[in-house]
Amino acid sequence: MTLLAERPVRETAPAAPKRRKRPVLPYLLIAPTLVTTAYLLVYPLVRNVIISLQEFGLPQLVRGDAKFVGLANYVKVLSDPEFWGVVKRTLWFTAINVVLIMVLSTLVALLLVRLGKWLRLLVMGGLVLTWATPIIAATTVFQWLFQSRLGVVNWALVALGFPEYRDYTWFADGEATFGILITLIVWQSIPFAALSLYAAMITVPQELYEAARIDGAGAWRVFSTITFPMLRAMFGLITCLEVIWVVKAFVQIWVISQGGPGQATTTLPVYAFQVAQSLQRYDLGAAVSMLMVVLLVLALLAYFRQLYRQERDT
Amino acid sequence: MIGRISRTTAALIVFVISVFPVYWMVLTAFKPTKDIQSATPTFLPIPITFDHFGTAIAAKGFFSFWRNSLLVAGGAVVLALLVALLAAFAIARLRWKGRRAFVLMVFVAQMTPWEALLIPIYVIARDTGMLDTLWILTLVYFMMTLPFTIVTLRGFLAAIPVDLEEAAQVDGCTRGQAFRKVVFPLLAPGLLATSLFGFITAWNEFAFANVLIIKDQDDRTLPVWLSSFNNTFGTDWCATMAASTLFMLPVLLIFVVLQGRVTTGIVGGAVKG
Repeated sequence: MTLLAERPVRETAPAAPKRRKRPVLPYLLIAPTLVTTAYLLVYPLVRNVIISLQEFGLPQLVRGDAKFVGLANYVKVLSDPEFWGVVKRTLWFTAINVVLIMVLSTLVALLLVRLGKWLRLLVMGGLVLTWATPIIAATTVFQWLFQSRLGVVNWALVALGFPEYRDYTWFADGEATFGILITLIVWQSIPFAALSLYAAMITVPQELYEAARIDGAGAWRVFSTITFPMLRAMFGLITCLEVIWVVKAFVQIWVISQGGPGQATTTLPVYAFQVAQSLQRYDLGAAVSMLMVVLLVLALLAYFRQLYRQERDT
Repeated sequence: MIGRISRTTAALIVFVISVFPVYWMVLTAFKPTKDIQSATPTFLPIPITFDHFGTAIAAKGFFSFWRNSLLVAGGAVVLALLVALLAAFAIARLRWKGRRAFVLMVFVAQMTPWEALLIPIYVIARDTGMLDTLWILTLVYFMMTLPFTIVTLRGFLAAIPVDLEEAAQVDGCTRGQAFRKVVFPLLAPGLLATSLFGFITAWNEFAFANVLIIKDQDDRTLPVWLSSFNNTFGTDWCATMAASTLFMLPVLLIFVVLQGRVTTGIVGGAVKG
């Protein structure tokens, strides 16, 4: 809004040959958005930074007399081996999820391109159904699918000849819970990635494929020399988005395991929340979440670079 | 020939994997309790029962949670539409200094990691006395959906030729009239699509609803209620699945209404959860 303040100065210049008023209307139109964003987005972010620089526990929350302690909270978090364990787990979790999502989505997209009309509509319908499933509904259903005594997964595994899965309690084991969370997130993420990649693939000119086929190129060669290079920017864009979404995945983990059993599924957002909620150390929780924001900003910068490339390419 | 068969098989596998969890949810909701307890599960809803939906609806507070979710999501969407429409008009139709910076701000805001803001928003809600009220949830959801709403509306607005507006102005309409009488009717489908997607975001949100509504359990929303099904239904999985189905129903209806726009509009807007 500082732009508005400058206006009268220019207008008082007398008898300018073309007296163009700087229009006020656009700034009035965006004012509500600016005010809302300032209060509901920028202010909480700034407040988070402030809390992370204060001693802010339950007493300070009630009384409101938090003292500044400089970077003490960051020092404390960064010197805690538990935090680095969480970071390592988050990176693994993200890497496994994103690789699986990208590989499987690419395969699904390539399949969609090659299907006839009806089969393609069927598969796309299924993907859209998955996409439309609310996170909470999907999470609840997965708990039911992997339920120990009546769950259909255990029944199927026993029927397929793995009797050790009779009444197997998936959620009591750290690695099994980790695996279920990955399955859930990959299952939920494929529709967006696959449909986006499919939409991009059908823009690649058919002549290129025909030429390659005449030259006798196999499926892998066609993909690695034509499809992937043509759509490099799109692949980059979707990978960045998936990284961001997986790093900050909170609801699935919180509802299924609350980060447990033990610490087996505690990733950064879950850890930040645990520290704040259960230990009531809002200062440390804020510091952890700021460190997560730093990690996300790196991914976001990569995303915007890809977005810029994509805009330039098209 | 072999290629064709393997492609068809692969397609069917993808279809079954993507549909099965939802199918299993709906199926469980319609099965008699003794059927889900049998050693071999049945994969068809025979015989069918509606008892579990009765249990879910009769659960304490079901209607107030339903109403709360509607109020919060509806309120957020209406606020977002009003504010976004103004901003989208400024971006799509007017030239002004700072426009590019504003668009960039909206894009950045769209990528906000809301999960990192749980703590400060909890503290702010507590300080302002909005903790345990639906107001704070409405405001948070409003801000969550606002950037996406601006981006999408701007796209829909840009697709409407300026000539139409100018023609109306030549014919004696004021700028406001031209917008109301010419642009708005053309924009209506876009408004509907955008608001429905905003609605889904707010309807599904769990993390903030879980943190900001603590004391007054009657003010909870459906996702939080659903996640605490263990307290509500014990180990009654049929009733839980019935409740999940009821929760998912509006979202599914919205997707069906918008089927054509799903892949084009939203892939373009790059939005998820």
